Amino acid sequence: MSSYRIQGATGEWEVVIGLEVHAQVTSNAKLFSGAATAFGAEPNTQVSLVDAAMPGMLPVPNQECIRQAVRTGMAIDAQINKWSRFDRKNYFYADLPQGYQISQLYHPIVGEGQVEIVLDEKNPDTSTKVIGVERIHVEQDAGKLMHDQHPTSSYVDLNRSGVALMEIVSKPDMRSPAEAGAYLAKLRTILRYVGSCDGNMDQGSMRADVNVSVRKPGEEFGTRTETKNVNSVRFVMAVVEHEANRQVDVLEAGGKIVQETRLYDPDRNETRSMRSKEDAHDYRYFPDPDLLPLELDDAFLEACRASLPELPDVKRKRYEQALGLSAYNAATLTADADTARWFETLVSEAARIQGKGESDVAKASANWLLSELYGALNRLGKTLDTSPVGPTDGAELLALVADGTISGTIAKQVFEIMLETGDKPGKIVEEKGLKQTSDTGAIEAAVAEVLARNGDKVEQYRGGKEALFGFFVGQTMKAMQGKANPQVVNELVKKALAG
Amino acid sequence: MSNLTDLTVAEIRDGFRAGDFSAREVAEGFNANVAAAKALNAFIVETPDKALEAADAADKAKAAGETLGALAGVPIGMKDLFCTQGTQTTAASHMLEGFVPTYESTVSGKLWAAGAGMLGKLNLDQFAMGSSNETSYYGNVISPWRRNDGGNAALAPGGSSGGSSSAIAARLCPAATGTDTGGSIRQPAAFTGISGIKPTYGRCSRWGIVAFASSLDQAGPMARTVRDNAILLETMAGFDPKDSTSLDLAVPQWEAGLSSDLRGKTVGIPNEYRPDGLNEEISAMWDRGIAWLKDAGAKVVDVSLPHTKYALPAYYIIAPAEASSNLARYDGVRYGQRDLPDGAGLQDMYAATRAAGFGPEVKRRIMIGTYVLSAGFYDAYYTQAQKVRALIARDFDLAFEQCDLLLTPTAPSASFALGEKQADPLAMYLNDVFTVPASLAGLPAMAVPGGLDSQGLPIGLQIIGKALDEQTVLNAGLAIEERAGFTARADKWW
Repeated sequence: MSSYRIQGATGEWEVVIGLEVHAQVTSNAKLFSGAATAFGAEPNTQVSLVDAAMPGMLPVPNQECIRQAVRTGMAIDAQINKWSRFDRKNYFYADLPQGYQISQLYHPIVGEGQVEIVLDEKNPDTSTKVIGVERIHVEQDAGKLMHDQHPTSSYVDLNRSGVALMEIVSKPDMRSPAEAGAYLAKLRTILRYVGSCDGNMDQGSMRADVNVSVRKPGEEFGTRTETKNVNSVRFVMAVVEHEANRQVDVLEAGGKIVQETRLYDPDRNETRSMRSKEDAHDYRYFPDPDLLPLELDDAFLEACRASLPELPDVKRKRYEQALGLSAYNAATLTADADTARWFETLVSEAARIQGKGESDVAKASANWLLSELYGALNRLGKTLDTSPVGPTDGAELLALVADGTISGTIAKQVFEIMLETGDKPGKIVEEKGLKQTSDTGAIEAAVAEVLARNGDKVEQYRGGKEALFGFFVGQTMKAMQGKANPQVVNELVKKALAG
Repeated sequence: MSNLTDLTVAEIRDGFRAGDFSAREVAEGFNANVAAAKALNAFIVETPDKALEAADAADKAKAAGETLGALAGVPIGMKDLFCTQGTQTTAASHMLEGFVPTYESTVSGKLWAAGAGMLGKLNLDQFAMGSSNETSYYGNVISPWRRNDGGNAALAPGGSSGGSSSAIAARLCPAATGTDTGGSIRQPAAFTGISGIKPTYGRCSRWGIVAFASSLDQAGPMARTVRDNAILLETMAGFDPKDSTSLDLAVPQWEAGLSSDLRGKTVGIPNEYRPDGLNEEISAMWDRGIAWLKDAGAKVVDVSLPHTKYALPAYYIIAPAEASSNLARYDGVRYGQRDLPDGAGLQDMYAATRAAGFGPEVKRRIMIGTYVLSAGFYDAYYTQAQKVRALIARDFDLAFEQCDLLLTPTAPSASFALGEKQADPLAMYLNDVFTVPASLAGLPAMAVPGGLDSQGLPIGLQIIGKALDEQTVLNAGLAIEERAGFTARADKWW
């Protein structure tokens, strides 16, 4: 994948990508005020005096936002700066009440870290690449202008004004659209594991500025452009692809790439110039005199570290090594914190009900979740969140199969009923009389009848056509309405045919 | 009964408690003085009803035998830089004309909670930028003092807390709030023969005070006596979780700790505050001050603050830099002035609003501040100024290894006539030359009157203390006050 190249008229081009990801910090209150942060509230209902920059108002750092940034830094194995400072980025815009954004230019709270991405999902253990993270700093979000409320004026909604963002700046380490996509997806996974950002890109909780340049392999970095506010993994990949090809076209036509800010138009799948470096603002950064430097003590850092959950890479390896899952299944189940949580509940419940170890039930649990449950959810247009069947009921169903109460085939029927009614599997099996039977007398009778009805096939089998064995088993199961224990059926059919 | 409006804060407080007079009588007396003193232009908004309301509450509480607040029965003036809920707050600007806060600044809120009543919102230099009150959009305040040359030249009350100083000197209020960024409490106090203290940076919450330069702004009291300053400061100071730079420390009992006995204390006299060409009368007053402190038992030593001469230039980089950013919020979008020419876009609205809303001195400082923070100049100006600031703070640290407090003049001259220095901003900035260093170092500093000069105008002395040692500053102020016996007052002409 790192051999992604654009074939130009003058030869091959390599793409160099860096991402600046803005992630809204999960917190009940804004970075420097007590106002709420819920998504989708009525305009200007989540605005404090500080957010509206009323005269004499002062920012006070929200410790929860700081804690989340530190935990995020720890989750990407980054340097945590015990001393950091807030700076003001000065510019005028109607969605920026203070006339400056409080950010961290000179001394960010988190320094260098790294994110490991998987290049080939089939081989998550071997095909990895480490993408460097330059820094994470915390800053305020701006408000929002609404241009569709009035024919000649714009309206301002300050609900987002002052909401805490983490800006996660990667190094220019990515070399293909797929790598950029994998990095963003992995970062989102980590943020969701840590719980520091909900990662909901469609709601704007996470968005990326995509820096792209091209060069002939082995040459110096080219001039880059920055495409702002790209809000999905798919769009980030599209931006890289489009922008890299555009740059190659410009360069091969003898032109030059201008360092500029661009916007992505998903409808046309193209980027457009927004402003060039020449019109760039002079932000007049300086340390915010309303705020003291942020100093973190060891106890705070220790508490942050202790609060971190098991992270996706570690979890994936544990699933493989301790639970015995395939690398692919382990990767799929850990790609999302909610899926992993669901899976782990399923496994622990299944182990508890069956009185076995987790490693004994993990494989069956994983297979059921990934094929049966996912298949059903896909069909129903639902997700794990909205699944009609919870992990405890799933575990009960698995246990019924494991202890021989029902067969795998019956289990599928029971599961369908569970999806429809939400009833517990035990109750369904009981009420519908689906319990499988190991009553050898009844099975023997059924086998005898099948053999009697198919004398010709018995002859053929005995004559060497052993493939017919399955036919006798199938007919017997059918006669037993699927409720016969397949192992017992196998044995009895074999015995009868041998006789 | 003596005239109630001649009483000090302590006398009003104690007389009210003793039943010598009612709080309402006091409030009515000051309300009448305020109403009769329009010529001084000390108030932007008069609030006699607020003063009466607080007085009646105090009288009622007293009659009911309830516990009285520390300032029950005491009416005061409020500098119009403090946001007051329900009462217009302008920072003496056109920009905020008509702006009525829905919230109360922490400091003013503490004063009202202690029982004080508001006589009105006091005039000041626009956004606290100025040393003569001539930058106010609402017209300059005039000092009650006049030269003894028989002329009627209107004199500057100092700035930026000129409404406060003029009103106190003219007995329109017994005390008032001020704010001090580079000398805005001390210089006007010196010009009008009253006292005022800027406490250690962080003692008083800045929450709800219209910001000028955040790293320097500090509220403090102004009154006629040192004791009154101690009383007010006790109420104004204290930790506020809404201000990150506020100090999380208990407030000392400064009034109870007052003592003019300075035995065991060493007073430093910084050479650098006696530049060539220092006004002789100012110099002579300084010598008298040294003698008074010796008389009070203090030892006097010469000290050096070698970076003093860089303080003013550094201040006039740092303060405008912060101001240029702090004042960006006045953009016409959410409150205050909005100028929206026909067909104007956002940028046009900004330009028109800010052109009309800010006065020339405010614009000058916004431009200076914008310049020193801009790319390519930041290191040469702002970074350099911050280094100077650190050196100045170190100068004080080293000096305080040899002494407990410093005595200096407050201002390089007595009050000047309005208009005299307005044409030359640099000459105006020089007014702050003795007050700015303590501001840059965040140290407590106080102005106390020492006497009259040959023109019959007050001149004063400045005491600078160690961080958090307001008590020693107040005590030295008290020692000077007792020995100076300053009782002069301006003849009423207004």
